[in-house]
Amino acid sequence: MTQLSDNDLTQNGLSATGDNGRVMVIACGALAREILALTDANDWGHIHLTCLPAILHNHPDKICDAVEQAVAKHRPNYGTIYVAYADCGTGGQLARLCDDLGVEMIKGPHCYSFYEGNEGFAQRASDEIDAFYLTDFLVRQFDAFVFKPLGLDRHPELRDMYFGNYRKLVYQAQTDDPRLDEKARDCADRLGLAYERRATGYGDLETTLSGWADTNPPR
Amino acid sequence: MADEEDIILSELEDEELTLQMHDDLYDGLKEEIEEAVNILLARGWTPYDVLTKALVAGMTIVGIDFRDGILFVPEVLLAANAMKGGMGILKPLLAETGAAPVGKMVIGTVKGDIHDIGKNLVAMMMEGAGFEVTDLGINNSVEKYLDALENEKADILGMSALLTTTMPYMKVVIDTLTEKNIRNDFIVLVGGAPLNEEFSKAIGADAYCRDAAVAVETAKEFMARKHNQAAPQ
Repeated sequence: MTQLSDNDLTQNGLSATGDNGRVMVIACGALAREILALTDANDWGHIHLTCLPAILHNHPDKICDAVEQAVAKHRPNYGTIYVAYADCGTGGQLARLCDDLGVEMIKGPHCYSFYEGNEGFAQRASDEIDAFYLTDFLVRQFDAFVFKPLGLDRHPELRDMYFGNYRKLVYQAQTDDPRLDEKARDCADRLGLAYERRATGYGDLETTLSGWADTNPPR
Repeated sequence: MADEEDIILSELEDEELTLQMHDDLYDGLKEEIEEAVNILLARGWTPYDVLTKALVAGMTIVGIDFRDGILFVPEVLLAANAMKGGMGILKPLLAETGAAPVGKMVIGTVKGDIHDIGKNLVAMMMEGAGFEVTDLGINNSVEKYLDALENEKADILGMSALLTTTMPYMKVVIDTLTEKNIRNDFIVLVGGAPLNEEFSKAIGADAYCRDAAVAVETAKEFMARKHNQAAPQ
Protein backbone atom coordinates (compact mmCIF):
# COMPACT_ATOMS: atom_id res chain seq x y z
CA MET A 1 0.00 0.00 0.00
CA THR A 2 1.10 3.59 -0.60
CA GLN A 3 3.11 4.96 2.33
CA LEU A 4 0.89 7.43 4.09
CA SER A 5 1.57 9.92 6.83
CA ASP A 6 -1.28 10.60 9.21
CA ASN A 7 -0.11 14.16 9.73
CA ASP A 8 -0.18 14.70 5.96
CA LEU A 9 -3.64 13.20 5.70
CA THR A 10 -4.80 15.51 8.47
CA GLN A 11 -3.32 18.73 7.15
CA ASN A 12 -2.99 18.22 3.38
CA GLY A 13 -5.08 15.21 2.39
CA LEU A 14 -3.87 12.87 -0.34
CA SER A 15 -2.86 13.68 -3.90
CA ALA A 16 -4.80 11.78 -6.53
CA THR A 17 -3.59 8.21 -7.02
CA GLY A 18 -4.07 8.69 -10.78
CA ASP A 19 -4.55 11.62 -13.12
CA ASN A 20 -7.24 10.30 -15.38
CA GLY A 21 -9.43 7.25 -15.58
CA ARG A 22 -12.91 5.94 -15.08
CA VAL A 23 -13.69 6.45 -11.41
CA MET A 24 -12.41 9.01 -8.93
CA VAL A 25 -13.34 8.90 -5.26
CA ILE A 26 -12.96 12.22 -3.43
CA ALA A 27 -12.72 11.34 0.24
CA CYS A 28 -12.04 12.71 3.68
CA GLY A 29 -8.38 12.16 4.57
CA ALA A 30 -9.53 10.20 7.62
CA LEU A 31 -10.74 7.46 5.25
CA ALA A 32 -7.65 7.24 3.05
CA ARG A 33 -6.07 4.13 4.57
CA GLU A 34 -9.36 2.32 4.75
CA ILE A 35 -10.36 3.07 1.15
CA LEU A 36 -6.92 2.10 -0.14
CA ALA A 37 -7.08 -1.13 1.89
CA LEU A 38 -10.41 -1.94 0.24
CA THR A 39 -9.30 -1.06 -3.30
CA ASP A 40 -6.12 -3.12 -2.83
CA ALA A 41 -7.95 -6.11 -1.34
CA ASN A 42 -10.57 -6.13 -4.08
CA ASP A 43 -8.37 -5.29 -7.07
CA TRP A 44 -10.29 -2.12 -7.77
CA GLY A 45 -7.30 -0.55 -9.48
CA HIS A 46 -9.59 1.38 -11.80
CA ILE A 47 -10.92 3.36 -8.82
CA HIS A 48 -8.62 6.27 -8.07
CA LEU A 49 -8.58 8.15 -4.80
CA THR A 50 -7.87 11.67 -3.70
CA CYS A 51 -8.44 13.02 -0.19
CA LEU A 52 -9.20 16.40 1.27
CA PRO A 53 -7.47 17.34 4.52
CA ALA A 54 -9.01 15.29 7.30
CA ILE A 55 -8.92 18.26 9.66
CA LEU A 56 -11.98 19.61 7.78
CA HIS A 57 -13.78 17.22 10.15
CA ASN A 58 -13.31 19.99 12.73
CA HIS A 59 -14.55 22.68 10.31
CA PRO A 60 -17.65 21.29 8.60
CA ASP A 61 -18.50 24.73 7.22
CA LYS A 62 -15.50 24.38 4.90
CA ILE A 63 -16.30 20.91 3.56
CA CYS A 64 -18.75 21.88 0.81
CA ASP A 65 -16.46 24.41 -0.86
CA ALA A 66 -13.54 21.97 -0.73
CA VAL A 67 -15.62 19.16 -2.23
CA GLU A 68 -17.01 21.42 -4.95
CA GLN A 69 -13.50 22.50 -5.96
CA ALA A 70 -12.23 18.93 -6.00
CA VAL A 71 -15.13 17.76 -8.16
CA ALA A 72 -14.48 20.61 -10.60
CA LYS A 73 -10.78 19.73 -10.71
CA HIS A 74 -11.21 16.03 -11.47
CA ARG A 75 -14.40 16.04 -13.52
CA PRO A 76 -12.65 16.67 -16.87
CA ASN A 77 -10.47 13.59 -16.41
CA TYR A 78 -12.88 11.04 -14.94
CA GLY A 79 -16.05 9.43 -16.19
CA THR A 80 -17.57 9.08 -12.75
CA ILE A 81 -16.87 10.86 -9.48
CA TYR A 82 -17.98 9.76 -6.01
CA VAL A 83 -17.73 11.67 -2.75
CA ALA A 84 -16.66 9.60 0.24
CA TYR A 85 -18.13 11.83 2.90
CA ALA A 86 -21.28 11.41 4.95
CA ASP A 87 -23.13 14.52 6.10
CA CYS A 88 -20.24 15.21 8.49
CA GLY A 89 -21.87 18.11 10.29
CA THR A 90 -22.82 20.07 7.17
CA GLY A 91 -26.48 20.00 8.12
CA GLY A 92 -27.60 18.58 4.78
CA GLN A 93 -25.63 21.09 2.71
CA LEU A 94 -23.20 18.50 1.36
CA ALA A 95 -26.08 16.29 0.21
CA ARG A 96 -27.66 19.24 -1.59
CA LEU A 97 -24.33 20.10 -3.20
CA CYS A 98 -23.78 16.52 -4.35
CA ASP A 99 -27.30 16.46 -5.79
CA ASP A 100 -26.59 19.67 -7.67
CA LEU A 101 -23.28 18.31 -8.96
CA GLY A 102 -24.82 14.97 -9.87
CA VAL A 103 -22.39 12.94 -7.75
CA GLU A 104 -23.17 10.26 -5.21
CA MET A 105 -21.95 10.40 -1.60
CA ILE A 106 -21.97 8.01 1.35
CA LYS A 107 -25.26 7.75 3.22
CA GLY A 108 -25.45 8.60 6.89
CA PRO A 109 -24.65 11.37 9.33
CA HIS A 110 -20.93 10.69 9.79
CA CYS A 111 -18.21 8.05 9.69
CA TYR A 112 -19.05 6.83 13.21
CA SER A 113 -22.40 5.84 11.80
CA PHE A 114 -21.39 4.22 8.52
CA TYR A 115 -18.55 2.26 10.11
CA GLU A 116 -21.04 0.62 12.47
CA GLY A 117 -23.63 0.43 9.70
CA ASN A 118 -26.10 3.30 9.47
CA GLU A 119 -29.11 1.22 10.37
CA GLY A 120 -27.63 -0.31 13.51
CA PHE A 121 -26.09 2.99 14.58
CA ALA A 122 -29.43 4.78 14.28
CA GLN A 123 -31.17 2.08 16.32
CA ARG A 124 -28.57 2.32 19.03
CA ALA A 125 -28.31 6.12 18.97
CA SER A 126 -30.96 6.92 21.56
CA ASP A 127 -29.30 4.61 24.10
CA GLU A 128 -25.89 6.01 23.43
CA ILE A 129 -26.19 9.77 23.38
CA ASP A 130 -23.39 10.06 25.92
CA ALA A 131 -20.81 8.18 23.84
CA PHE A 132 -17.81 9.88 22.28
CA TYR A 133 -16.57 7.98 19.23
CA LEU A 134 -13.12 7.51 17.81
CA THR A 135 -12.10 5.57 14.70
CA ASP A 136 -8.68 4.09 13.92
CA PHE A 137 -7.64 7.34 12.29
CA LEU A 138 -8.95 9.53 15.08
CA VAL A 139 -7.22 7.42 17.71
CA ARG A 140 -3.92 7.90 15.89
CA GLN A 141 -4.64 11.63 15.46
CA PHE A 142 -6.33 12.22 18.81
CA ASP A 143 -4.10 15.13 19.77
CA ALA A 144 -4.55 16.89 16.42
CA PHE A 145 -8.33 16.44 16.31
CA VAL A 146 -9.41 16.54 19.94
CA PHE A 147 -6.89 17.40 22.60
CA LYS A 148 -5.13 20.40 21.05
CA PRO A 149 -8.04 22.07 19.19
CA LEU A 150 -10.07 21.97 22.41
CA GLY A 151 -7.16 23.56 24.26
CA LEU A 152 -6.89 20.67 26.71
CA ASP A 153 -3.11 20.64 26.37
CA ARG A 154 -3.02 24.22 27.63
CA HIS A 155 -6.11 24.26 29.83
CA PRO A 156 -6.84 20.81 31.25
CA GLU A 157 -9.38 22.45 33.57
CA LEU A 158 -11.72 22.77 30.57
CA ARG A 159 -12.08 19.01 30.25
CA ASP A 160 -15.28 18.68 32.18
CA MET A 161 -16.86 21.62 30.39
CA TYR A 162 -16.42 19.70 27.15
CA PHE A 163 -16.87 16.13 28.32
CA GLY A 164 -18.81 16.36 31.57
CA ASN A 165 -21.98 15.11 29.87
CA TYR A 166 -20.25 12.17 28.20
CA ARG A 167 -20.02 8.80 29.89
CA LYS A 168 -17.88 6.61 27.66
CA LEU A 169 -15.48 6.64 24.78
CA VAL A 170 -16.28 4.06 22.10
CA TYR A 171 -13.34 3.07 19.95
CA GLN A 172 -14.78 1.81 16.68
CA ALA A 173 -11.98 -0.44 15.49
CA GLN A 174 -11.61 -0.85 11.76
CA THR A 175 -8.60 -3.09 12.25
CA ASP A 176 -7.42 -5.41 14.98
CA ASP A 177 -4.43 -3.55 16.37
CA PRO A 178 -3.57 -3.93 20.08
CA ARG A 179 -1.49 -0.73 19.98
CA LEU A 180 -4.49 1.30 18.83
CA ASP A 181 -6.61 -0.38 21.48
CA GLU A 182 -4.10 0.70 24.12
CA LYS A 183 -3.92 4.23 22.72
CA ALA A 184 -7.71 4.51 22.58
CA ARG A 185 -7.93 3.41 26.20
CA ASP A 186 -5.43 6.12 27.07
CA CYS A 187 -7.57 8.68 25.17
CA ALA A 188 -10.55 7.64 27.31
CA ASP A 189 -8.48 8.05 30.47
CA ARG A 190 -7.35 11.50 29.40
CA LEU A 191 -10.97 12.55 28.88
CA GLY A 192 -12.12 10.95 32.12
CA LEU A 193 -14.45 8.54 30.30
CA ALA A 194 -15.17 4.83 30.51
CA TYR A 195 -13.76 2.81 27.63
CA GLU A 196 -15.29 0.42 25.15
CA ARG A 197 -13.71 -1.15 22.09
CA ARG A 198 -16.14 -2.06 19.36
CA ALA A 199 -14.93 -3.95 16.30
CA THR A 200 -16.73 -2.50 13.28
CA GLY A 201 -14.52 -3.32 10.33
CA TYR A 202 -15.32 -1.06 7.40
CA GLY A 203 -19.10 -1.34 7.73
CA ASP A 204 -21.11 0.64 5.20
CA LEU A 205 -17.93 2.15 3.78
CA GLU A 206 -17.18 -1.28 2.32
CA THR A 207 -20.71 -1.91 1.04
CA THR A 208 -20.85 1.57 -0.48
CA LEU A 209 -17.53 1.15 -2.27
CA SER A 210 -18.56 -2.33 -3.43
CA GLY A 211 -21.70 -0.80 -4.89
CA TRP A 212 -19.69 1.86 -6.68
CA ALA A 213 -17.30 -0.81 -7.98
CA ASP A 214 -20.22 -2.97 -9.19
CA THR A 215 -21.70 0.00 -11.02
CA ASN A 216 -18.32 0.62 -12.65
CA PRO A 217 -16.71 -2.82 -13.17
CA PRO A 218 -13.10 -3.03 -14.35
CA ARG A 219 -12.77 -3.51 -18.10
CA MET B 1 -3.67 40.76 26.20
CA ALA B 2 -2.92 41.87 29.77
CA ASP B 3 0.51 43.05 30.84
CA GLU B 4 2.44 40.51 32.87
CA GLU B 5 3.49 43.02 35.55
CA ASP B 6 1.55 42.89 38.81
CA ILE B 7 -1.47 45.12 38.78
CA ILE B 8 -3.17 46.05 42.04
CA LEU B 9 -6.80 46.20 41.01
CA SER B 10 -7.89 48.20 44.02
CA GLU B 11 -5.45 50.97 43.11
CA LEU B 12 -6.94 51.53 39.66
CA GLU B 13 -9.39 54.33 38.94
CA ASP B 14 -12.86 53.20 37.89
CA GLU B 15 -12.28 53.65 34.17
CA GLU B 16 -8.91 51.91 34.25
CA LEU B 17 -10.34 49.13 36.36
CA THR B 18 -13.18 48.58 33.90
CA LEU B 19 -10.71 48.34 31.03
CA GLN B 20 -8.57 45.98 33.09
CA MET B 21 -11.64 43.83 33.65
CA HIS B 22 -12.17 43.66 29.90
CA ASP B 23 -8.56 42.44 29.59
CA ASP B 24 -9.00 39.97 32.45
CA LEU B 25 -12.17 38.58 30.91
CA TYR B 26 -10.34 38.21 27.61
CA ASP B 27 -7.63 36.30 29.44
CA GLY B 28 -10.13 34.20 31.40
CA LEU B 29 -8.97 35.32 34.83
CA LYS B 30 -11.87 34.37 37.06
CA GLU B 31 -10.40 35.34 40.43
CA GLU B 32 -9.36 38.78 39.15
CA ILE B 33 -12.86 39.35 37.76
CA GLU B 34 -14.47 38.39 41.05
CA GLU B 35 -12.12 40.70 42.94
CA ALA B 36 -12.80 43.60 40.57
CA VAL B 37 -16.57 43.11 40.77
CA ASN B 38 -16.36 43.36 44.54
CA ILE B 39 -14.19 46.47 44.30
CA LEU B 40 -16.66 48.27 42.02
CA LEU B 41 -19.58 47.30 44.24
CA ALA B 42 -17.72 48.59 47.27
CA ARG B 43 -17.18 51.87 45.43
CA GLY B 44 -20.93 52.24 45.09
CA TRP B 45 -21.45 51.00 41.55
CA THR B 46 -24.85 49.48 40.98
CA PRO B 47 -24.87 45.76 40.17
CA TYR B 48 -26.45 46.65 36.82
CA ASP B 49 -23.59 48.98 35.89
CA VAL B 50 -20.96 46.43 36.89
CA LEU B 51 -22.75 43.85 34.80
CA THR B 52 -23.21 45.92 31.67
CA LYS B 53 -20.16 48.21 31.66
CA ALA B 54 -17.58 45.72 32.90
CA LEU B 55 -18.75 42.15 32.25
CA VAL B 56 -21.07 42.34 29.26
CA ALA B 57 -18.91 44.93 27.51
CA GLY B 58 -15.87 42.69 28.08
CA MET B 59 -17.62 39.58 26.80
CA THR B 60 -18.78 41.52 23.75
CA ILE B 61 -15.13 42.04 22.80
CA VAL B 62 -14.53 38.32 23.31
CA GLY B 63 -17.56 37.54 21.12
CA ILE B 64 -16.37 39.82 18.33
CA ASP B 65 -12.88 38.31 18.32
CA PHE B 66 -14.37 34.81 18.32
CA ARG B 67 -16.52 35.69 15.33
CA ASP B 68 -13.49 37.16 13.55
CA GLY B 69 -11.38 34.06 14.14
CA ILE B 70 -8.98 35.76 16.55
CA LEU B 71 -10.14 33.78 19.57
CA PHE B 72 -11.15 30.13 19.61
CA VAL B 73 -13.48 28.00 21.67
CA PRO B 74 -11.05 27.29 24.56
CA GLU B 75 -10.40 30.99 25.12
CA VAL B 76 -14.10 31.81 24.93
CA LEU B 77 -14.83 29.13 27.50
CA LEU B 78 -12.21 30.52 29.86
CA ALA B 79 -13.65 34.01 29.41
CA ALA B 80 -17.16 32.68 30.01
CA ASN B 81 -15.97 30.95 33.14
CA ALA B 82 -14.51 34.23 34.40
CA MET B 83 -17.74 36.06 33.61
CA LYS B 84 -19.68 33.35 35.39
CA GLY B 85 -17.62 34.11 38.51
CA GLY B 86 -18.62 37.77 38.32
CA MET B 87 -22.23 36.93 37.57
CA GLY B 88 -22.32 34.69 40.63
CA ILE B 89 -21.71 37.75 42.79
CA LEU B 90 -24.06 40.03 40.87
CA LYS B 91 -27.08 37.80 40.33
CA PRO B 92 -28.43 37.84 43.90
CA LEU B 93 -27.89 41.60 44.05
CA LEU B 94 -29.68 42.14 40.75
CA ALA B 95 -32.57 40.01 41.99
CA GLU B 96 -32.85 42.21 45.09
CA THR B 97 -33.35 45.31 42.95
CA GLY B 98 -36.63 43.82 41.71
CA ALA B 99 -36.09 45.24 38.21
CA ALA B 100 -38.37 43.64 35.63
CA PRO B 101 -36.51 41.38 33.20
CA VAL B 102 -36.23 42.39 29.54
CA GLY B 103 -37.98 39.12 28.78
CA LYS B 104 -38.18 35.52 29.88
CA MET B 105 -36.45 32.72 28.04
CA VAL B 106 -36.61 28.96 28.32
CA ILE B 107 -33.55 27.35 26.78
CA GLY B 108 -32.31 23.79 26.38
CA THR B 109 -30.50 21.30 24.18
CA VAL B 110 -32.88 19.02 22.28
CA LYS B 111 -33.65 15.39 22.95
CA GLY B 112 -30.84 12.99 22.11
CA ASP B 113 -28.17 15.66 22.37
CA ILE B 114 -25.84 16.28 25.30
CA HIS B 115 -23.89 19.23 23.93
CA ASP B 116 -24.30 22.37 25.98
CA ILE B 117 -21.32 24.65 25.52
CA GLY B 118 -23.01 27.00 23.04
CA LYS B 119 -26.29 26.82 24.88
CA ASN B 120 -24.60 27.73 28.16
CA LEU B 121 -22.91 30.72 26.53
CA VAL B 122 -26.22 31.93 25.14
CA ALA B 123 -27.93 31.51 28.52
CA MET B 124 -25.19 33.48 30.24
CA MET B 125 -25.16 36.32 27.71
CA MET B 126 -28.96 36.50 27.78
CA GLU B 127 -28.84 36.85 31.55
CA GLY B 128 -26.17 39.50 31.14
CA ALA B 129 -28.52 41.37 28.82
CA GLY B 130 -31.25 41.40 31.45
CA PHE B 131 -33.32 38.38 30.42
CA GLU B 132 -34.59 35.90 32.96
CA VAL B 133 -33.39 32.53 31.76
CA THR B 134 -34.64 29.07 32.67
CA ASP B 135 -32.01 26.62 31.51
CA LEU B 136 -33.40 23.11 31.02
CA GLY B 137 -29.98 21.62 30.38
CA ILE B 138 -29.51 18.81 27.87
CA ASN B 139 -31.59 16.05 26.22
CA ASN B 140 -34.99 17.77 26.46
CA SER B 141 -38.22 16.23 25.28
CA VAL B 142 -41.02 18.29 23.78
CA GLU B 143 -43.03 17.82 26.99
CA LYS B 144 -40.22 19.31 29.05
CA TYR B 145 -40.03 22.37 26.82
CA LEU B 146 -43.79 22.86 26.88
CA ASP B 147 -44.06 22.50 30.64
CA ALA B 148 -41.32 25.03 31.20
CA LEU B 149 -42.78 27.53 28.71
CA GLU B 150 -46.10 27.36 30.52
CA ASN B 151 -44.72 27.37 34.06
CA GLU B 152 -42.31 30.23 33.44
CA LYS B 153 -44.73 32.22 31.27
CA ALA B 154 -41.83 32.59 28.88
CA ASP B 155 -41.56 34.94 25.91
CA ILE B 156 -38.77 33.09 24.16
CA LEU B 157 -37.94 29.45 23.49
CA GLY B 158 -34.30 28.75 22.69
CA MET B 159 -33.31 25.35 21.30
CA SER B 160 -29.82 24.09 20.63
CA ALA B 161 -28.40 21.05 18.82
CA LEU B 162 -24.91 20.09 17.77
CA LEU B 163 -25.71 17.00 15.76
CA THR B 164 -27.21 16.58 12.31
CA THR B 165 -29.13 13.67 13.77
CA THR B 166 -30.70 15.65 16.61
CA MET B 167 -31.48 18.99 15.00
CA PRO B 168 -34.70 17.70 13.33
CA TYR B 169 -36.16 17.38 16.84
CA MET B 170 -36.54 21.16 16.87
CA LYS B 171 -39.26 20.75 14.26
CA VAL B 172 -41.04 18.25 16.50
CA VAL B 173 -41.18 20.88 19.23
CA ILE B 174 -42.33 23.65 16.91
CA ASP B 175 -44.95 21.43 15.29
CA THR B 176 -46.29 20.56 18.72
CA LEU B 177 -46.58 24.25 19.59
CA THR B 178 -48.49 24.74 16.34
CA GLU B 179 -50.80 21.78 17.01
CA LYS B 180 -51.64 23.24 20.39
CA ASN B 181 -52.28 26.66 18.86
CA ILE B 182 -49.63 28.31 21.00
CA ARG B 183 -46.87 28.71 18.40
CA ASN B 184 -47.42 32.46 18.12
CA ASP B 185 -47.23 32.90 21.88
CA PHE B 186 -43.47 32.40 21.76
CA ILE B 187 -40.44 33.70 19.95
CA VAL B 188 -38.53 30.59 18.85
CA LEU B 189 -34.78 30.97 18.41
CA VAL B 190 -32.57 28.08 17.31
CA GLY B 191 -28.83 27.57 17.16
CA GLY B 192 -26.03 25.02 16.94
CA ALA B 193 -23.12 24.19 14.67
CA PRO B 194 -24.89 22.26 11.87
CA LEU B 195 -27.84 24.67 11.67
CA ASN B 196 -28.28 27.50 9.24
CA GLU B 197 -30.81 30.14 8.24
CA GLU B 198 -32.42 27.86 5.69
CA PHE B 199 -33.01 25.09 8.23
CA SER B 200 -34.43 27.57 10.71
CA LYS B 201 -36.97 28.78 8.14
CA ALA B 202 -37.81 25.24 7.04
CA ILE B 203 -38.76 24.15 10.55
CA GLY B 204 -40.74 27.30 11.30
CA ALA B 205 -38.45 28.96 13.84
CA ASP B 206 -38.40 32.74 14.11
CA ALA B 207 -34.65 33.04 13.76
CA TYR B 208 -31.36 31.18 13.56
CA CYS B 209 -28.69 32.60 15.86
CA ARG B 210 -25.14 31.74 14.85
CA ASP B 211 -23.61 32.79 18.17
CA ALA B 212 -24.45 34.13 21.62
CA ALA B 213 -24.11 37.78 20.64
CA VAL B 214 -26.52 37.32 17.72
CA ALA B 215 -28.93 35.49 20.02
CA VAL B 216 -29.00 38.44 22.42
CA GLU B 217 -29.50 41.01 19.66
CA THR B 218 -32.18 38.91 17.99
CA ALA B 219 -34.01 38.36 21.26
CA LYS B 220 -33.96 42.08 22.01
CA GLU B 221 -35.32 42.93 18.55
CA PHE B 222 -38.16 40.43 18.83
CA MET B 223 -39.02 41.62 22.34
CA ALA B 224 -39.10 45.23 21.12
CA ARG B 225 -41.48 44.22 18.30
CA LYS B 226 -43.63 42.33 20.77
CA HIS B 227 -43.87 45.36 23.04
CA ASN B 228 -44.65 47.63 20.10
CA GLN B 229 -47.43 45.32 18.99
CA ALA B 230 -48.84 45.21 22.51
CA ALA B 231 -48.65 48.99 23.04
CA PRO B 232 -51.91 50.96 22.75
CA GLN B 233 -52.17 52.90 19.45
